[in-house]
Amino acid sequence: MSGKSVMGGGYGEYSAYTALELGAMVQSRQVGVEELARAALDAAKASNGDINAFITFSDDVAMSQARAVQSRIDSGDIPSRLAGVPVAVKDNISARGVLTTCASLILDGYTPMYDATVVERLRGAGTVMIGKLNMDEFAMGSTTETSAYGPARNPWDTERCPGGSSGGAAAAVAAGVAPFALGSDTGGSIRQPAAFCGVTGHKPTYGAVSRWGLVAYGSSLDQIGPIARDARDCAAAMTALSGEDTRDGTSMPYVFDDSAVLRADADALKGLRFGIPREAFETGLDPSVKSLALDAVDLLSDLGASVEWFPFPMFRHAVPAYYIIASAEAASNLSRYDGIRYGRGAAEPGLTLDEAIVRARSEGFGREVKRRLMLGNFALSAGYYDAYYNKALQAKTLLRGEYDSAFQRFDIIITPTAPTTAMRLGESLDDPLAMYLGDVYTVPVNLAGLPAVSLPCGFAGDGMPAGMQFIGRAFDDVGVLRAAVAYQSVTGWHKEGYHAAV
Amino acid sequence: MKLTDDITLRVAKLSGIRLTEPETAAMTRDLGAIVGYFDILNELDTAGVEPRAHILPLVNRWREDVVTPSSDRDELIANAPARRDGYVAAPKTFEGGGSS
Amino acid sequence: MPLYETVVGLEIHVELATASKVFCGCSTAFGGGQNTRACPVCMGLPGALPALNRQAVEYAVRAGLALNCSITKNAVFDRKHYFYPDLPKAFQISQLYLPLCVDGWVEVSGKRIRIREIHMEEDAGKLSHDPWTDVSLVDFNRCGAPLIEIVTQPDIRSAEEAVEAVRKIRAALSMLGVSDCKMQEGSLRVDVNLSVRPMGSDELGTRAEMKNINSLRSIGRAVTAETARQIEQIELGKPIIQQTRRWDDSKGASSAMRSKEDALDYRYFPEPDLAPLSLSDEWIAERRAALPELPEQKRKRYPVEFGLSAYDTDILVSEKALCELFERTAALCGRPKDAANWIMGEVLAALKDRGEPPDQLRLPPEALARIITLQSDGVVNRNGARRALTAVMSGEAEDVDGYVTANQLAMVGDESALAGIVRQVMESDADSVAAYRAGKEKAFGRLMGQAMKALRGKGDPGRLKELLTEALGEG
Repeated sequence: MSGKSVMGGGYGEYSAYTALELGAMVQSRQVGVEELARAALDAAKASNGDINAFITFSDDVAMSQARAVQSRIDSGDIPSRLAGVPVAVKDNISARGVLTTCASLILDGYTPMYDATVVERLRGAGTVMIGKLNMDEFAMGSTTETSAYGPARNPWDTERCPGGSSGGAAAAVAAGVAPFALGSDTGGSIRQPAAFCGVTGHKPTYGAVSRWGLVAYGSSLDQIGPIARDARDCAAAMTALSGEDTRDGTSMPYVFDDSAVLRADADALKGLRFGIPREAFETGLDPSVKSLALDAVDLLSDLGASVEWFPFPMFRHAVPAYYIIASAEAASNLSRYDGIRYGRGAAEPGLTLDEAIVRARSEGFGREVKRRLMLGNFALSAGYYDAYYNKALQAKTLLRGEYDSAFQRFDIIITPTAPTTAMRLGESLDDPLAMYLGDVYTVPVNLAGLPAVSLPCGFAGDGMPAGMQFIGRAFDDVGVLRAAVAYQSVTGWHKEGYHAAV
Repeated sequence: MKLTDDITLRVAKLSGIRLTEPETAAMTRDLGAIVGYFDILNELDTAGVEPRAHILPLVNRWREDVVTPSSDRDELIANAPARRDGYVAAPKTFEGGGSS
Repeated sequence: MPLYETVVGLEIHVELATASKVFCGCSTAFGGGQNTRACPVCMGLPGALPALNRQAVEYAVRAGLALNCSITKNAVFDRKHYFYPDLPKAFQISQLYLPLCVDGWVEVSGKRIRIREIHMEEDAGKLSHDPWTDVSLVDFNRCGAPLIEIVTQPDIRSAEEAVEAVRKIRAALSMLGVSDCKMQEGSLRVDVNLSVRPMGSDELGTRAEMKNINSLRSIGRAVTAETARQIEQIELGKPIIQQTRRWDDSKGASSAMRSKEDALDYRYFPEPDLAPLSLSDEWIAERRAALPELPEQKRKRYPVEFGLSAYDTDILVSEKALCELFERTAALCGRPKDAANWIMGEVLAALKDRGEPPDQLRLPPEALARIITLQSDGVVNRNGARRALTAVMSGEAEDVDGYVTANQLAMVGDESALAGIVRQVMESDADSVAAYRAGKEKAFGRLMGQAMKALRGKGDPGRLKELLTEALGEG
């Protein structure tokens, strides 16, 4: 490794514990909520010079939430297993009174007047929000290098990226400064950084978690989900996050219950049917990542799961379909940034309307965002709609059909999360197409609206963590997380790097 | 599909983005490579395949016609770079009236 | 000079009468301080999402059924993109690919004007110009108000047909209660697409679209003026440019707003935040069955059932308030023809005097029915009845009978009182009596006049005349 490692508990004594362990500690009053929040904030701030995981620290919100939760706990009212636990939130999730920039200059200074549903729910669960996390600008990127606030860095090797777009979230959890975090996943933005940073990230079924207050990138693909040390913490977070929200017309009356997940052990794998798409292991996959994933497959088989290879011919068509749909929706969703109602406007007086809008957008958006807005508007524009946008929707229909037939035979589909480990900083920005192709394992899941968890499966030849993902049927989030907990009950990859318990 | 600078400039206009000459050339190159690769979608036989915009089987998601309180105006427009008397101020429009 | 034919299609935007906006819970009430009826959805704040108002769908379906449309069972919403400060998301949620209602028609002078579609959409905010700082001021109160856009085929051939088509559509919508259809307040807005072509040609000419037309009268004026302008262009050998024009009613002329070169590529695509609709046959049938009687049906029924003229029928059915008043008054007093005459005459005249539109009518049918009954029973004369009506309409009186008593409007019906007056007049004007008896019939009028004056107009003139004739004959 070329950079330094700042993994684990270099920032404080509480880094040794998972979110659920910390929850148990505060709820049994071994630790005060404020003390824990203060420690997390101090650790997060201390780490930021190395990993730049945070854009904003929300000390005031954290302290007032901590006091409120402490008094609830003192009166015997424990709202959830995560009550009292610090959490950090990706900077595209609106929190009232706290800067929400999406890591873009165009939202410089924007302070939402309302809370995202997930922020309300986290507060309802008694968690304490310590800050807003770095990300690729508007969640467009796979490295967190497109952030207007500078790249986040990988705690395992600070010369490498943490992945993206929820790179700040994965880095903060890996560095042990946030027990768990919220990311968003449009085409892999929770799972790929989780894999690159050796942590666990869950992309819920589309519709399982409300998007109200999530700054939209690709509306038909976006989901908010947790990044944490392990699948148990992800399950606890899902319990807090899921549930119907009338403000989001695509949210479903789905309630995640973590009890079956938290009880799971290796026995939960017995008889579980795993399918392995053959095409996912054929080309473009780093050999050491490939062998780690295959080792995991062997282990699952040893533990009593059935494992079977199957053809998945749509595999290579998912990336183009995804980039067309996501970019088209992005072009639409990001049209609203004109510098008039919020964000950074073209301050110069005397500009005409058109001039002011073009100026605000040309100066406010970074290169990758502009590229995707252009790609999206191209795919939607007169003359190209049928050949690109409509074709991509048809590909999505076919892809979901392939998944549906696979899930008649399998309970879970398993693939690597990404074809490589974390890239070096500056390595991947010059070839956008190559960067897009790096999303080959994650984007099909978003197109099909399915749940998937990425979990560590070992360390590759370069010493960096690698991840694999379990993909499940729609609304079988419990199933994939249960399998992940079972796998983690017999493996230790997810515990590597953290300091020993105090 | 071959992308040209003309198409790039037209799409930039639709996107509300101005590109310098070198940016235009780079964008034509990058988008050209991406769009060229995307032509692999043409391998798919999509005849008669429904273009599925919504992945969830949801229909008729509606609310009842009930008035809920509006936001506090000062909070609502607090983020606008220019405001005047409770309005959001924008560069002047020539046509007057509205867009629709 | 060849003869030309005008070809017109209409796009009519109608604001639906829901209590809350189409995609959020903010009130749709007219007025209110700037930006006080707005929320994160109206402002297009990052992360805000639309939530569809069921009542808006119900109203749009009702409009479609009343205008003879088929209802699209699996309608979806689409996004239409353009940058403008009154459009906060820089896209309008509308319907392009699968609009809610298609293939309807409205009958105008015995001819069907086809309606291509009725789609749902959201309204934009309002811009005003601040002359002090030379900027535009944006108010988002109207932003997100529910609209339907009714698009006709280019089946209209004259200014009269255009006005009539709008009048018919407006009458139907106001009868349904889906909109208040006030053109002045902008809750019904008409864009006119117009082209001309040589008479007999089947091809459509290049069209211009005229916006900012805000009264029925100006629709007719705009069609006439634009027809003349286009014919003049053609006669001068100049091309017609496809463009959007802004109608200026005070000048009676339109001016170019933007031409086709600036034509926008709206990049419509299905709105991912809103689930599609799925309306069952049964659901639609229930709505169809629940439709109120429509103006077209009333138009057929009134002449047959009440013996009204086509003209009276037409006036009554074109205003919801008038035909409701008519039907209830007629039912209460049992005199439909009198009810129609009163509404067509006194009521409309009173409204005109007061400068009020019919939908602001304050006249309970009970009051009008009572006035008609009192007059037909001879309790009050026409003048007294008119006074009572004015008093009720101005809010001066609530109870008709009370007002008649308090103002001594009841006619003197007592035989002996009338006979006494007759006697008194004959005694005081013996000259006229003598003149009448000598054969000068004019003198009768003089005596009648004096008798009416003595009665201060409250005697039944018929009976008085009989008594006077009788008394003069007796001499």
